[in-house]
Amino acid sequence: MNSLPLGSRIGALLGRMGLKGRLLVIAIPTVWLLVFFLIPFLVVAKISFSEAAIARPPYLPITEWVDGFFTINLNFGNYMFLLEDPLYVAAYLGSVKIAAISTIIALLIGYPMAYLIARSAPERRNLLLMMVILPFWTSFLLRVYAWIGFLKGNGIINNLLMNVGIIDEPLVMLQTDFAVYVGVVYTYLPFMILPLYANLVKLDEAYLEASADLGARPVTTFFTVTLPLSMSGIIAGCMLVFIPAVGEFVIPALLGGPDTLMIGQVLWNEFFSNRDWPIASSVAIVMLFVLVIPIMLLRWAQASGGGES
Amino acid sequence: MKRKSRFLMIVGILGFVFLYAPILSLVIFSFNESRLVTVWGGFSTKWYGELFRDPQILDAAWVSLRIALASATLSVVIGTVASFVLIRFRRFRSKTLLSMMITAPLVMPEVIIGLSLLLMFVAMENVIGWPGGRGLLTIIIAHSTFGAAYSAVIIQSRLVDMDLSIEEAALDLGARPVRVFFDVTLPVIAPALMSGWLLAFTLSLDDLVVASFVSGPGASTLPMVIFSKVRLGVSPDVNALATIIIGLVSLGIIVAALQINRSKRMSRR
Repeated sequence: MNSLPLGSRIGALLGRMGLKGRLLVIAIPTVWLLVFFLIPFLVVAKISFSEAAIARPPYLPITEWVDGFFTINLNFGNYMFLLEDPLYVAAYLGSVKIAAISTIIALLIGYPMAYLIARSAPERRNLLLMMVILPFWTSFLLRVYAWIGFLKGNGIINNLLMNVGIIDEPLVMLQTDFAVYVGVVYTYLPFMILPLYANLVKLDEAYLEASADLGARPVTTFFTVTLPLSMSGIIAGCMLVFIPAVGEFVIPALLGGPDTLMIGQVLWNEFFSNRDWPIASSVAIVMLFVLVIPIMLLRWAQASGGGES
Repeated sequence: MKRKSRFLMIVGILGFVFLYAPILSLVIFSFNESRLVTVWGGFSTKWYGELFRDPQILDAAWVSLRIALASATLSVVIGTVASFVLIRFRRFRSKTLLSMMITAPLVMPEVIIGLSLLLMFVAMENVIGWPGGRGLLTIIIAHSTFGAAYSAVIIQSRLVDMDLSIEEAALDLGARPVRVFFDVTLPVIAPALMSGWLLAFTLSLDDLVVASFVSGPGASTLPMVIFSKVRLGVSPDVNALATIIIGLVSLGIIVAALQINRSKRMSRR
């Protein structure tokens, strides 16, 4: 209550500024995001065209004054290198493959869960939704860490299966692509469920009743009515899982093995181990191009009512 | 029909088990006597003692806490101003640009955000001599940027839902727009500001990738220390730390939920 008079005094002061005040208000977030979000991408693009060097910072400038003329040396060498070295192409393909498979698994688990929540009694919906979101609030790093204990050779799953007698030798699960799928699905499942729920909860049950009245079986109704109507939710959920999964670093670093090749890890190693900033920059630029279509799909799905994140 | 709903129930229950079993195992094995994290060796709280005697962890926790407090607050300020401008102002020239920039960090891979901000800081330092080295300040700026994006989502949806007639009434009674904002709009959207702040706070406490890029020597955040420990394998003191974090987060969420419930009941009255 005490802050209100102070707030109004500041308010009155700003109010006298009129049009200038309006411009100032627009400028605060715009300038911040220009300087700390948009322009940094241009800097990455610029450095991706420069040459690595042993210097501080470790790259050569792409612009210089030669005999009084302003010249720009664009070096496409980094991009050529990405194409020539099979490691990078394999890492991009590997990321897309792992992200796509995880997205499909997340959809197969998330859709029934979202449907169940949307069809449960209104007073229970919020509680169930809360239970979906709650893990998202606890540390992501520690949740991935928990899976090490589950999946490793003498971990919880192997101990359980061996005690019951289903297997005699521990299964190798940690440091495989399987562990990465589990990690990605586990981490991003809430992102799949929320937009699907937002979509399914709006579904008018009259359509389902009409379909049943006309003699369709529940399975037929699901595939011809429910599924098509929830398409924007499906696309939004899938993209919210797929996009971050492509660039994922922590999950493959902790759960993946030596053959797990993901582009986020490659970028990390180029930057931190090889200290090759220009190559790391070109890896980032190419990753952005890979993600352009999924990002546009997501925008489309959200604009057509796929629910907010 | 019955069969289908039974199928749904089973998937639902398995889904929630999948979501909660790993978290539960972290908590249970934090009280394990044995160093082998997944083999039960009797009840013990010794890992908690070990945790509180580890100066590296304590320092990192203090660093992370300061960063999270500062960046959550900045996030909400930027997020609120951006949301207000986008929802309430009539068209202005940079509106599409701003709306694109405030949502884009949500879908940008962390490695790209981290790399681009680091390169920006280095470039700025070469040109204008600021921010002069990397550490707390650069991490706070980085976290505020994506924190603003997340809190703006929450605040925007609240602003859209808000009854415009209250603001109009204040304007009709002669209050200036800015005064209306501070005296009417802000109190009404306060719960959204709180949720936005909490979200930005936990995202900041949790971030490993962006902080690793923009951090400098001497500024190790808690996730950075945990990551280097965990890379060497499981260790029970990390379980103890996880349990403390899970406890605090659950407490925070319960308090926030009760608060929101109460204010909802108040506004209904």
